[in-house]
Amino acid sequence: MSGAPVSSTSSRPAGRGVSWGLLRPQTLLVLFLLAVLLAPLVLSDFTVTLLNYVGLSALVALGLVLLTGIGGLTSFGQAAFVGLGAYTTAVLTAGTDLPPALAMLAGSPWLALLVGLLLTSVVAIVLGSVTLRLSGHYLPLGTMAWGISLYFLFGTTEMLGGHSGLSGIPPLELFGFPLTESRHYYYVVWLVVLVAVLTSRNLLDSREGRAIRALKGGRVMAEAMGIDTGRARMIIFVIAALHACTAGWLYAHLQRFVNPTPFGLHIGIEYLFMAVVGGAGHVWGALLGAGVITLLKQWLQDILPRLFGSAGNYEVIVFGLLMVLMLQRARDGLWPLLARLVPVRQEVKVIDPQAAPLPRKDQPPHGEVILQAREVTRRFGGLVANNAMSLEVRAGEILALIGPNGAGKSTMFNQLSGVDTPTSGEILFRGRAIAGLGARRIAALGMSRTFQHVKVLSRMSVLENVALGAHRRGQRGVLSAAWRLERAEEARLLRDAAAQVERVGLGEVMHDEAGSLALGQQRLLEIARALCSDPCLLLLDEPAAGLRLKEKQALAALLTRLRAEGMAVLLVEHDMDFVMGLVDRVVVMEFGQKIAEGLPEDIQSNPAVLEAYLGGVEA
Amino acid sequence: MTIPTPVLQVEDLAVCYGKVEAVSGVSLTVPPASIVTVIGPNGAGKTTTLSALMGLLPVRAGTIRVDGQPVGTPEVSQMVDHGIALVPESRELFGSMSIEDNLVLGAFHRHRQGARDSRQTMEQVYDLFPRLRERRTQAAGTLSGGERQMLAVGRALMAKPRLLMLDEPSLGLAPLIVRDIFRILVDLRQAGIAILLVEQNARAALQVADHGYVLENGTVRMDGPAETLRHDPRVIESYLGLNSKHQQMLAS
Amino acid sequence: MDPSIMLFLAQDGITNGAIYTILALALVMVFAVTRIIFIPQGEFLAWGALSMATVEAGHVPGTLWVLLLAGGLVFVLDLWSQRQRRDRRALLRSAGWNVAYPLVLAGLLSLLPLAALPQAVQALLVMLVVVPLGPMLYRLAFQPLAEASVLVLLIVAVSIHFLLVGVGLLIFGPEGSRTQPFSEAQLELGSLLVGGHTLVVMAASLLLIGGLYLFFGRSLYGKALRATAVNRNGARLMGISPALAGRLTFLLAALIGVMAGLMFAPLSTVYYDSGFLVGLKGFVAAIIGGLGSYPLAAGGALLVGLLESFSSFWASAFKDVLVFTLILPVLMARSILSHGVEDDE
Repeated sequence: MSGAPVSSTSSRPAGRGVSWGLLRPQTLLVLFLLAVLLAPLVLSDFTVTLLNYVGLSALVALGLVLLTGIGGLTSFGQAAFVGLGAYTTAVLTAGTDLPPALAMLAGSPWLALLVGLLLTSVVAIVLGSVTLRLSGHYLPLGTMAWGISLYFLFGTTEMLGGHSGLSGIPPLELFGFPLTESRHYYYVVWLVVLVAVLTSRNLLDSREGRAIRALKGGRVMAEAMGIDTGRARMIIFVIAALHACTAGWLYAHLQRFVNPTPFGLHIGIEYLFMAVVGGAGHVWGALLGAGVITLLKQWLQDILPRLFGSAGNYEVIVFGLLMVLMLQRARDGLWPLLARLVPVRQEVKVIDPQAAPLPRKDQPPHGEVILQAREVTRRFGGLVANNAMSLEVRAGEILALIGPNGAGKSTMFNQLSGVDTPTSGEILFRGRAIAGLGARRIAALGMSRTFQHVKVLSRMSVLENVALGAHRRGQRGVLSAAWRLERAEEARLLRDAAAQVERVGLGEVMHDEAGSLALGQQRLLEIARALCSDPCLLLLDEPAAGLRLKEKQALAALLTRLRAEGMAVLLVEHDMDFVMGLVDRVVVMEFGQKIAEGLPEDIQSNPAVLEAYLGGVEA
Repeated sequence: MTIPTPVLQVEDLAVCYGKVEAVSGVSLTVPPASIVTVIGPNGAGKTTTLSALMGLLPVRAGTIRVDGQPVGTPEVSQMVDHGIALVPESRELFGSMSIEDNLVLGAFHRHRQGARDSRQTMEQVYDLFPRLRERRTQAAGTLSGGERQMLAVGRALMAKPRLLMLDEPSLGLAPLIVRDIFRILVDLRQAGIAILLVEQNARAALQVADHGYVLENGTVRMDGPAETLRHDPRVIESYLGLNSKHQQMLAS
Repeated sequence: MDPSIMLFLAQDGITNGAIYTILALALVMVFAVTRIIFIPQGEFLAWGALSMATVEAGHVPGTLWVLLLAGGLVFVLDLWSQRQRRDRRALLRSAGWNVAYPLVLAGLLSLLPLAALPQAVQALLVMLVVVPLGPMLYRLAFQPLAEASVLVLLIVAVSIHFLLVGVGLLIFGPEGSRTQPFSEAQLELGSLLVGGHTLVVMAASLLLIGGLYLFFGRSLYGKALRATAVNRNGARLMGISPALAGRLTFLLAALIGVMAGLMFAPLSTVYYDSGFLVGLKGFVAAIIGGLGSYPLAAGGALLVGLLESFSSFWASAFKDVLVFTLILPVLMARSILSHGVEDDE
């Protein structure tokens, strides 16, 4: 969960949290590549074959790292996608009596790969559109169900050879050279795996990648920053499925034979085990997990019958036991443990001051009405939370919405920001009706907000958190991110984010994890993030709560500056001293209605307001 | 005159929050039937201290004595056993359950120990918060902020605690309700319950407390009788603000 | 299809549906209280059924050895975790439940003429042996992970499923068993013959559901479990520890699983690994209920039972495909009805 209050030490010196190890990450990468390259030259046939299977599994597990570890979506059904890839190529390259429509595509494994990827995309999009909008727990169970369904289908469909499967799949050929030997095939497998790893890493370190990383625990915030989280979920779901499909294609041409067994639910579960054992939050964890589990299984199958005889399948027992123990001892998987042993220098993002500034929206002229609520009423059953509320905010003005607790301020705030829809009444943003439009579309129009309960992604740096706000100001998509073709745009986004971080006074902690900040600093981070979306209206929900006096003064100074630049600000606040000294106008609510509106000094002496706050003998 | 054994005595408490040491070397004492307050800016470690004392966070170092008896590593159930109740900042009510069920569950631990007087305790709580009696069949999730806080305090009182720890009872509440809550704390002290009060609203807290501690960066910066702290220029400058007319008006 | 076949299939479907219902209720309950998606629920069904078959054959069920072993492990673990505090009372209680109880039960089982006992006593003995494995399982596998994410708990649950299936093969062997129905009576309702066992299944399921309803609605412990489901931290502060809630929930889940097994075994042959598919059908039902609604889950279970029974008549090869594909339109409906975006945990 993001936004957990963090009671840590206050200010930290700049650059702390960045460890200065001995090794550069690039050095490690080169060492690893060398090892991969040289392995088949020194290892036995059997080991190379094993490594081929490790690579195939790693490819599937990598998809799961994106999907599960990073996106928070669990799938037990990846084996079915592997099966889809494998069966597509099997049917197209080895099938007989194909219907004419398919016969056109038959013959070439490369064409079959394309067909498989297309088919998988279609299936993934259909399955995804059914399950992805639901909350997290449905997905694993749903994937289990369709994993079983597809498996039974493979086994009962005649064209796919039923339970006995299809054989006679031709080997892959490269420039007329058939890859029948596992030493040769090894290079194909591992090339694909490494490309997948590197593109995944690139993707995660990009604009789209930040959106993906926000999925786990930050969806409400992401939507309010204009990010289409449904789309981001679909993207990783399809990517994971495509990885699995590719693994299936490679598998079919390695085995040259397919039957339903390796695509069953239990194998799907095993892929998830690999991701979790390796460390589901880490791209390299997929490789580690695939390696550990494949080798462990091999070893257990080898050694246990020798110890206990071959009566039971002991390896399942030992395997289950080891999994439980590992999760009890090292919940985040093995990769973080391994990473701790190797001192790697953490590299801090470089901000390019030369990067062209991002284009800005046209700001409305000073004094123009930006936001207008007309007779907004919201009922919950019999309870009227807002009754005919009207208010307006102008460019270059700070309006405060105050009132005793339970007066309906939060309800009002939710309707203005698109989280909730009024029962009746109208909300106009720059003349456009926005009631019921949804947080994301409203954000796109130039409204940005902060949250009463701070919503930051605690494992991401301050800079990256703020850059989320700029999501809609970039366009480059997943493919260009995967191949690093969007670096110019990325530099511009980061430059703007860095400027906003500096502006709210968090420059010193820019590269620290957001979770290590004090609550007051996290509130400032939220304001920087909101500013990063280039809004013309800021909605601030209790921005001063939990700030100390000095921080409140700094916040007031910042808001005053923004007002001077023409920004419209609406804030809900309890702290009267903060409100009265800062804002231009005040709207007071009680029992869901507006009871007063006016200048701060008038409000302070308004009898109705005093009554609401101080009078009455309410318990 | 003998000094009564403190209900709670903490020496050199250190707590880690993740990797960071959030609290170190904190010592504090809560005598019976008194209100002790811990004030300080956000992130000073106030909530961390309470959480650790309740056993919600692991204690790294320090000794904790309840009624003079040392408690090893505190565990929630054990602290409940010792008659300590915590009303956390987030209230942690059972939203979909009725007010009455919330209160009944407040006496869960006593019931397990064999006590069967929860009806009677509930009447006392209802007397303290008549509003809760009116709405006893209503789901806790439908209550307003102030009523939630009342229910949270009421639920904690169902365990008949000897020490009540409150984390930011005023946070997010309208000033009028804050005043009510604080008045009830004074009543509870009268009834012999010791109170450890963590507050942002330093002015109001120091007004009702007998003793105060100022926490900063995870350590006790100052401590003394609440009356003295209230007039200490450093406290005024840092936490009370110079012209907090509104707070002052409301706290009086 | 003539009406008598239809009625027969419906009866068959409803009987199975009743069993899926109670499994679905257990799954919903376990998830709500502990956030564990309890994949091994089906293993309790299989172990209950196969233990009953062993007892009927006059042998001591292998689950007793598992109970002795698991109890011993729990006690050692309790001893280890109490090494600093040495809470005498807690340790004595642990020794009683985890060491003495299994030993007494072992003595009892070895002395009794198992095959000759009335069926109800046999069933009771099976429950006495298998049900305590529930809380023990919680203590050993899940209690150390109380704070973990749903995903981690799910993976542990799946690992436990593998482990239990392996152990099941070890103690029961690869052969399947079918047990005696609880009643051989036939009831004639017009043209329909209602089997006595069907009535037993219906009655037992209804009793169980009523009992759970009262337990959660009225009793303090039931309320405590609900409270834990609603707000774990709040419950902790009331002295309702997650460990207590977890053990209690697993006790109920194991009880439901074993009861389901006892009712299921006379209906079809049960193998050491049969539990998984049956449990998954309970899941399909629970998902139809949105993992939160007990009545909807029950309705879903009946639907699954009927679909299964009718499709085995029409397209038996695709029986399981159909049952598990049912989940897709259900999820689609939920997806269309759901609005807005929520943060997952």
